[in-house]
Amino acid sequence: MSRTVPRLPDATLAPLSRAYAEAMAGRRRQTLLGGVILVLAVLVAALTAEVDLAKFAANFDRLPAYVSRLFVFDTGPATGHSVFSDPAEWYWGLARWGRLLAETLLIAYLGTVVGAMAAFMLSFLAARNVGRWPVARFLAKRFLEFCRTVPEIVFALIFVVAFGLGPLPGVLALSIHTLGALGKLFAEVVENADMGPVEGAAATGASWVSTMRFAVVPQVLSNFASYALLRFEINVRGASVMGFVGAGGIGQDLIEAIRKFYYADVSAILLLIILAVVVIDMATERLRHRLIGLEHRA
Amino acid sequence: MNRPSAIRAEAAARLPELRQRHAAQFAAPLGRRLATGLAIGGPVLLLFFGLWWIDASPARLWHGLGQLGTFAALMVPPDFGTPERLQIYLHALAETVAIAFLGTLTAAILAFPLGFIAARTVVGQRVVHFLSRRFLDTIRGVDTLIWALIWINVVGLGPFAGVLAIMSSDIGSFGKLFSEAIEATERKAGEGVVAAGGGGLHRIRFGLLPQVLPVMLSQVLYYFESNTRSATIIGIVGAGGIGLHLAEQIRTLEWQTVSFLILIILAAVALIDVLSTALRSRIVGNRVAPA
Repeated sequence: MSRTVPRLPDATLAPLSRAYAEAMAGRRRQTLLGGVILVLAVLVAALTAEVDLAKFAANFDRLPAYVSRLFVFDTGPATGHSVFSDPAEWYWGLARWGRLLAETLLIAYLGTVVGAMAAFMLSFLAARNVGRWPVARFLAKRFLEFCRTVPEIVFALIFVVAFGLGPLPGVLALSIHTLGALGKLFAEVVENADMGPVEGAAATGASWVSTMRFAVVPQVLSNFASYALLRFEINVRGASVMGFVGAGGIGQDLIEAIRKFYYADVSAILLLIILAVVVIDMATERLRHRLIGLEHRA
Repeated sequence: MNRPSAIRAEAAARLPELRQRHAAQFAAPLGRRLATGLAIGGPVLLLFFGLWWIDASPARLWHGLGQLGTFAALMVPPDFGTPERLQIYLHALAETVAIAFLGTLTAAILAFPLGFIAARTVVGQRVVHFLSRRFLDTIRGVDTLIWALIWINVVGLGPFAGVLAIMSSDIGSFGKLFSEAIEATERKAGEGVVAAGGGGLHRIRFGLLPQVLPVMLSQVLYYFESNTRSATIIGIVGAGGIGLHLAEQIRTLEWQTVSFLILIILAAVALIDVLSTALRSRIVGNRVAPA
């Protein structure tokens, strides 16, 4: 074993280290340039968005003050006491809120199911490997893109005018957005499906519809269900604000409580929503793991 | 045609014997049959109950669709009114993009340390892991619009509240995604750094960061695009951006302006999509976008 590390003669070393220094300097220049562009972009954006850090710092104590005020009664006999001292008074409207929360979940459920069914049909048209008609594929893809780019609240605003107030416009808005988002994911799943069974089915003379039914659907169904569950979870969150524009659910009561400064009601409703979202989060995650497990076993 | 029916007739004749021989095939356990029935029938029943609950009668749907058709006809050609209005709308659109950009950036910066805390492989403490995950879940459970309403109480109406709202709801998502990215890293690089005499921070800086930084950047760019979409609507509650004008024009039934606004929103989102895809492939190479 040699004890010394072999050292290159200076004549060989000099150009090498110069090249190294140059390469490093180039990289550093690039990073610096990126940093300058980023800082400029931040400055421009901050000016446009009227960011006022002084005001933010001056008013920041309002956030903890606001949050702590949410948990204190401001009307009735218990004024000034913490809401935890009288949970029955805090959740005085539990019957109504419970019904509205159930309606919110129902809106999310219907929106997911209707949207997923429509996405199911369109995804076969939009998938590159099984879609037979290029024009239909192009149209389906553009349509799905449109559906997922326009935010669901915008659809809800328009539908409220067309269909009247209530949960119906909320369901329609969520299903259109779900159609756009799931249609794309479903089409990707179909594109990744094994084509062997498709060829087999086609070889027996099956029509396009029965080829899809017997060769593709059994492969993709568990993945579809998993994505639909994930979407359901997102839609519960979306449905909780549909009431802001009059499209049903608990949002109506929440925005009213916030606007009219019913602090205790705000915290009560918010906690209900968070609880529902977390429970559904955990339940769908369980279900999804089981679905994925099923697929691995099959 | 003949043969199958012959087989069928024979099978039918031998049914009692077959039933006896393959009892398991014929008598699927009652519990399982019930479970299958419930798993299919329950959701379908719920669907019909829901349709009844929301009053989705064919007459109402038909009337609404007719209305939508009228609106769509009134939407063409898109029109912005006077040049002054155009200037207002373009400024609002710029505000929207600025809100999305700043909100995403600040959320990413704030979520960066949170991601490390919530990652099981960096902080060994189970309690810390559990608490930080639940904290992030709670933040994510509140919709951006609700965050906007809360922040309006702190900084007043305007786009700054919008920036803070996007930031708040994204901290939850980024924290979760970052911690998952960190947990998915290869541990050998960190072990190598430790073997060469590095400390805990060295392990993170040289063993972890080079692996996770590209993934994180790509997620941030992906969110920038989806946040532009969220930023278009927070104006509805008064937190800046183009949403205020959009809601106003829909409520006053100015359909030509509505279609114009929707078109420029779509154009802006498409532009940002192209930009962020280009940046992402430059930074990350051709790695796939996170789902």
